[in-house]
Amino acid sequence: MIRISINGEAHEISGAATVGELLTLLNVPPANLVVERNGDVVAPGRLAQTPIADGDVIELVRFVGGG
Amino acid sequence: MPAEHGPLVIAGVEFASRLLVGTGKFPDPRVMAAALDASGTQLVTAALRRVDLQNPHDPTLSHLDLTKYRLLPNTSGARDADEAVRLARLARAATGNNWIKLEVTPEPTYLLPDPVETLKAAERLVQDGFVVLPYMNADPILARRLADVGCATVMPLAAPIGSARGLRTRDQIEIIIAQATVPVVVDAGLGLPSHAAEAMEMGADAVLVNTAIAIADDPVQMARAFKLAAEAGVLARLAGAAETTAHARASSPLTGFLRNDTP
Repeated sequence: MIRISINGEAHEISGAATVGELLTLLNVPPANLVVERNGDVVAPGRLAQTPIADGDVIELVRFVGGG
Repeated sequence: MPAEHGPLVIAGVEFASRLLVGTGKFPDPRVMAAALDASGTQLVTAALRRVDLQNPHDPTLSHLDLTKYRLLPNTSGARDADEAVRLARLARAATGNNWIKLEVTPEPTYLLPDPVETLKAAERLVQDGFVVLPYMNADPILARRLADVGCATVMPLAAPIGSARGLRTRDQIEIIIAQATVPVVVDAGLGLPSHAAEAMEMGADAVLVNTAIAIADDPVQMARAFKLAAEAGVLARLAGAAETTAHARASSPLTGFLRNDTP
């Protein structure tokens, strides 16, 4: 189990070793999504290869309506 | 002199439509899609927000067909240059393109753009390869400074965002248009199609409308009304308006009246 921050909230995660697996675990569809890990943007094609580790700060953002 | 008739060109990309439309506040995704269609727009804005982990399937933009429109992400929510640059980089990763509507609005009551932070962010983003379309107050000097650092447009506000009050900054926008070296997009506060027509009649290159369309009783009809108004304003500009006079200028002949004038 690892402790990470997702969108500003503390989460305890087991069963996910990469960003891609984390999204599956959280039931977050990858369409139209951007992931930031520890301040760096994770390229959309690299989600499955990007590991997550204890203490990571993850932001999951997506487009919503706006002017 | 009539202006040249041609498409709107931003950073080398041509747009037949001079109406940009925001995607916020529509009652539902289908109405939004129909309104965008009716508006004839080719450039639509959207915002980046955190995914709600309790409800990760956000449907807001589910009906947005990005084969029809170019997406222009904004940096709304940014309170300073650092936050704006961070949002712009996230947006670029999401869209795969480098266009960004720069918004830095540190206070929520009037959502007025911070000129200093906007200029700082614009400079950094241009250096980082972005095509920057900055939302700004209607300040002609700031417009020049933003163009000087390489912004692709300037986007002066007509009135505070969502206020529907129309061209309150008209005199300043006239100066911006007169001095412009990049397209001028009048953004924010346009509440009625007549406001959009007025901006185009003045010589604005485009207008951006969101709230006035999205919260209308019938957003689709209102989108069409804004489309026609923007086109009417362009045609009027091209046609060349009559000058105003203090006294009447008779439209009908002043001779041959059915009366005998007394000498």
